[in-house]
Amino acid sequence: MIQDIPIQYFLIVSTIMFFVGICGFLIRHNLITILMSIELILNSVNINFLVFNKYLFPNQLQGNFFVLIVVAIAAAEASIAIALFINMYRMYNNIDVENISEMKY
Amino acid sequence: MIDYTYTIWIVLIPLIMFVILGLFGSKMKPNLAGILGSAGLFTTTILSYLTAYFYFFKAEPINGAFTSITAYNVEWLKFSDSLSIHLGVLLDPISVMMLVVITTISLMVHIYSIGYMKGDSGFQRFFAFLSLFTFSMLGLVVSTDIIQMYIGFEMVGLSSYLLIGHYYEKPSAVAASNKAFIVTRFADFGFLIGILLVSFYTGTFDFNVLTNNDASVYTSMGHASFLGMSALTWGMFLIFIGGAGKSAMFPLHIWLPDAMEGPTPVSALIHAATMVVAGVYLVARMFIVYHFQAPGTLEFIAYVGAFTSLFAAIIAITQYDIKRILAFSTLSQIGYMMLALGVSGYGGEGGVGYMASMFHLFTHAMFKGLLFLGAGSIIHAIHSNDLRDMGNLRKYMPITFITFAIAVLSISGIPPFSGFWSKDEILAAAFEHNKLIYFSSVLVAGLTAFYMSRLFFTVFYGKKTDYKHEPHESSLLMTIPLMILAFAATFAGFIPFSSFVTSDGKAFESSLSLSIAIPSVIIALSGIVLAFLLYHKKSDVPDKITVSLGFLYRATLNKFYFDEIYLFVTRKIIFNLISRPIAWFDKHIIDGSMDGIAWIIETTSIKIKGLQSGQLQQYAFVFVSGTIILVLFFAYWFI
Repeated sequence: MIQDIPIQYFLIVSTIMFFVGICGFLIRHNLITILMSIELILNSVNINFLVFNKYLFPNQLQGNFFVLIVVAIAAAEASIAIALFINMYRMYNNIDVENISEMKY
Repeated sequence: MIDYTYTIWIVLIPLIMFVILGLFGSKMKPNLAGILGSAGLFTTTILSYLTAYFYFFKAEPINGAFTSITAYNVEWLKFSDSLSIHLGVLLDPISVMMLVVITTISLMVHIYSIGYMKGDSGFQRFFAFLSLFTFSMLGLVVSTDIIQMYIGFEMVGLSSYLLIGHYYEKPSAVAASNKAFIVTRFADFGFLIGILLVSFYTGTFDFNVLTNNDASVYTSMGHASFLGMSALTWGMFLIFIGGAGKSAMFPLHIWLPDAMEGPTPVSALIHAATMVVAGVYLVARMFIVYHFQAPGTLEFIAYVGAFTSLFAAIIAITQYDIKRILAFSTLSQIGYMMLALGVSGYGGEGGVGYMASMFHLFTHAMFKGLLFLGAGSIIHAIHSNDLRDMGNLRKYMPITFITFAIAVLSISGIPPFSGFWSKDEILAAAFEHNKLIYFSSVLVAGLTAFYMSRLFFTVFYGKKTDYKHEPHESSLLMTIPLMILAFAATFAGFIPFSSFVTSDGKAFESSLSLSIAIPSVIIALSGIVLAFLLYHKKSDVPDKITVSLGFLYRATLNKFYFDEIYLFVTRKIIFNLISRPIAWFDKHIIDGSMDGIAWIIETTSIKIKGLQSGQLQQYAFVFVSGTIILVLFFAYWFI
């Protein structure tokens, strides 16, 4: 069962996901990949919430509900972001983050 | 008791006229503006005459003396319970007399100007400023309060500036108006300091208190002294400087000849009859104080007046510009008034100088206004100011000729014309007091007769006929004022002035002393005869005389190089030694430090603006690496 797996394993997976997300966010140029990186970061946090809830306070549900809120927000954010990307694509014919510099300075 | 409250309208009507003409003048027909201005002034004149009639003939003198009446007084600015500035109307013999003079001359000039300024593009503007000037001048003479007088001084200075600069397209007119404004403004600064100094010790601005016979307000000033003179002497001296600037006393006289760049009616009104006597009026207004508290200053005034009158009379002999000759003669006559005040005593017969000064102010306003208007008529006819372009004009302009002749006889002091009577009183006062001043004045009387006759004979006699177009007599609008003023210049001398305007308000009998009158008439007549011999027809004798005088003549022709001295002092000394170093300091040190700060900020901003690249990923990188560094740091620190 899940109790047999040590907590560190979960944390290692979530840390790796978090830094993969950070790296993707910093390095990638494509806005969709950046959005995916953000999702990775959010999900790594979700894993942490669930694991700590399960291991430290097994009888309570706050962690679970936080995860639900994060998922809901992430979905909303993704839909808005995609809408923005489509508009950007219409204006610039690409969605490369380097090219979108209208508001610079 | 007579209610004098209406006198406020004497002052206010010209102001209302100024506002109307100033705001709506440009939409009016020029003649309408002229008639409106003249009509407003006519009302004022009637009111002034009524006031004079009531004041001198209807009111009962108290203890045989004319008292000063505060007809209207309103508190304008309150500093403390005891110190406040009032604006109002003060009636006493000299202010009532001035009301009559100003309104008469101003009315004549208004009517005259309708003819003289015909077709001028600035016609309505000209009348608006004439009204402004009349308002300021009337406000000045009826001051209840020394600050009101100061305001009046500034305002006549301003309107004089505006009117001298009437032909503002002409650079010389602009320069002349600037010069007049700056010189008189500079003198007014002395006036202001004097007011503050006197009022600091007396604690009041009110003329009723300041010029009271009771001198207790001045006791505290006796103790304070500076450079060996008491604070009161200094204060009165500085106040006199204000008056000297407006009255163009030596050495502040330089602006008046140049002020002749303005239209001739303006010269008649402002620079002959009214504004330039404001300084005399100021000294007369404060006369009690000068006489009892600062006799040294009064002595000084007498010498300044005597010197100015001699100095200006000498310069007038050599000038060729008809208006400049008249300007120098104005200087000379105002010098007379000043010296008469300076040598005057107080009360009864002793105050004959004071009476003579005011008398001469009155008659001078009439005949000098007439001279200027006559000169304007000549200039109007032949379009030149230069004596050398004139001659034989008596054939063409009979009315101007006769009225001008009356004015010349009057200013020369030939009986029975008005100038004789007032000049005689002045000479009598000078004779009583100071022989040196007396002899200089008699000399000036001779010089005056000479240069005025020179002007007269050159203009009206001679054989000159080569005019480009035939000169003609001016229109009735211009000659009627001439005739009225000629009438005044003839008969004003018979007014028994000593029963009305005296230093203490009490009438006294002044008698003509033959021992004074005969020498002055003889010297004046000899001046006229000399001028007649030299100038009544073209001869080369004057040229020979000028050649033999050599340097003296050139110096006089150039007004003793006073303009050059002023230019040297201002341009070479003040500009180079004071203004330029200060300008350098301002430009390099003060502006430099400000510019330096701006430069530092700008260069720094350019250097660091790369940080605000707008690249989201760069921001995120900085943010994340910062977080990591902080985490590592705290981890190392706390664990």
